[in-house]
Amino acid sequence: MSAILKKFKRSKNANSIWRQPLAVVGISIIAIWTFLAIFAPWIAPYDPNAQDADKFLTPSAAHWMGTDELNRDIWSRIIYGARISLPYSLLLVVLSATLGSIIGAISGYAGGKVDAVIMRITDVFFAFPGIVLAMAVAAALGPQIRNAVIAITIVAWPIYARLVRGLILNAKQNDYVTASALLGSSALRTMVVDLRPNLSGPVFVLASLEVGNALLLLSGLSFLGLGAQPPAAEWGSMVSMGAVNFDRWWVGLFPGLAILTAVLAFNFIGDSLRDALDPRTAKALRD
Amino acid sequence: MKPVLGESKARKRPLSGTGFTPFIIRRLLTSILLVFGVTFISFSITQLVPGDPVAANLGQSAYSDPEIVAAFEKEFGLDQPVPVQYYKYVTNLLQGDLGVSLSSKRPVAEDLKEYFPATLEIALVAVFLALIVGLLLGIISAVTRDRLPDQLIRVFSLTGVSMPAFWTALTAFYIFFFVLGWAPGTGRLEPGGEPPPTVTGLFTIDALINGDFSTFKQAFSYLLLPAIVLAIYAVGVLTRFTRASMLEILGNDYVRAARAKGLPEFTVIRRHVLRPALLSIITVAGVAFSSLLAGSVLVENVFSWPGLGQYAYRAAVGLDLPGIMGVSMVVATVYITMNLIVDILYRIIDPQMKDSA
Repeated sequence: MSAILKKFKRSKNANSIWRQPLAVVGISIIAIWTFLAIFAPWIAPYDPNAQDADKFLTPSAAHWMGTDELNRDIWSRIIYGARISLPYSLLLVVLSATLGSIIGAISGYAGGKVDAVIMRITDVFFAFPGIVLAMAVAAALGPQIRNAVIAITIVAWPIYARLVRGLILNAKQNDYVTASALLGSSALRTMVVDLRPNLSGPVFVLASLEVGNALLLLSGLSFLGLGAQPPAAEWGSMVSMGAVNFDRWWVGLFPGLAILTAVLAFNFIGDSLRDALDPRTAKALRD
Repeated sequence: MKPVLGESKARKRPLSGTGFTPFIIRRLLTSILLVFGVTFISFSITQLVPGDPVAANLGQSAYSDPEIVAAFEKEFGLDQPVPVQYYKYVTNLLQGDLGVSLSSKRPVAEDLKEYFPATLEIALVAVFLALIVGLLLGIISAVTRDRLPDQLIRVFSLTGVSMPAFWTALTAFYIFFFVLGWAPGTGRLEPGGEPPPTVTGLFTIDALINGDFSTFKQAFSYLLLPAIVLAIYAVGVLTRFTRASMLEILGNDYVRAARAKGLPEFTVIRRHVLRPALLSIITVAGVAFSSLLAGSVLVENVFSWPGLGQYAYRAAVGLDLPGIMGVSMVVATVYITMNLIVDILYRIIDPQMKDSA
């Protein structure tokens, strides 16, 4: 983990993430969205649920992004929407990364039959149309953003399990791991003390690449009516309102742009992190 | 470096020969097991989550009548214990019977036969478009590594994978249908349009088989926009992947040797870089194809495209277990078959490669 934190620290290091323009753009966009989300009540010009204006006002000085079917100010709703989309997609990634890492660690450490069974299960999940299962689970649990998070976690963990298993198999071959086992470390201690440091970096990079996907899936479920429910100002469900009134372009356009910018920013960061932590580059740094 | 715990390679397994036939048999068996794994997992997960399919499929008044509820449960076997339900599902499946949909009240196999070709049609066109554009951009990106075109293409492909498909669909529909009037609208044919006689279920192909060129043109114009929207994500993925696999090969000594002996750069790229990269790119295209099938859920919703995605959506909302399982099976089978074909191709092209599955 410290290697990653170092990438984030301002330094003259050639591989610092601050040297990568895309990463800087991404971090800035996320910083803006975070700022808007935290200070929403002070920044948003209107109450996101107030139905005070007229319906379907075109964008103007008073309503920068117009108003929707229920007379609500779209810009204010987008600002409040950041309070739903960002934290929930981060939560989603944390949950699936944790679950996947634990399962992958067990698989890689135990080896043998346990490993074979767990890996076949991940095979099945990879073959699975994730969104179909997520829709089914979300529908069964009842359409709510929390349930959408659970539904997506159920389909999103295997990629982390695969990664962590591979890393553990690699790390297990190190002599210090054998030494630690010979000294009588328990399996748990070996995993936490000796193996975990090998995992944090790659898992963090994968997770950063997956935040964008998480946001896309989550807002997709909301778009279908299986995530956040009205009147919550969720970006995906706001776009679905635009789909019903597709001739009023501003209703769907702006919430969609909000999703696009946030996802793009996360992908810029993830992609740059992957470049920065590329094993060959990392090795060159050590030498 | 000795492998630790459970990594012994010397285990004797039946069919462990390295010949071609045992390899094929082994891969076929694992593929079939995977399909059953998919039924098992989708069955267990949909059973584990609470949710009442009876309530979802019966109206308010019917649901309050215990007799109707009992009859409904009996008709669809919902009164049986779960393991029995699963056993029945699998034994029926072996006979090609996918059960009866709770929401459409028709055999799932029949439903799928109707909806799957619609999705297949846009997914095929999408993957074709994505391959052309993705390959081209990926190649340009790799040969201009770290220079301006590469940087631009990087931003472009990252944007492609960051666009919410439902929003792209909506925006494209607004621009090309509502503003410009270039796209014909939603659905597969104009309202009241007569579909061509069913052979493959793909309207364009069926129209051609029937020699009906005007229906072909119409069907094609309707599918183009959803297919392009569907292709955008895949373009991003394929571009990145083409670039990565070409760069990997560009670093090889034999590429340097080819350059050193004075071959024109174009020939080097085409013969020594692109050709070896192509196989792995096609692998990814295959996987991208099955993800397109699943991704069509959101796009079909906007274009009212009567495909698998819409069917999956209705099945999910109606807690229609046979429907959900049917869709999962179709998509998973496509994915597994793609992987199987690719594995076999690899084996044929490079017989030295040992089975790593």
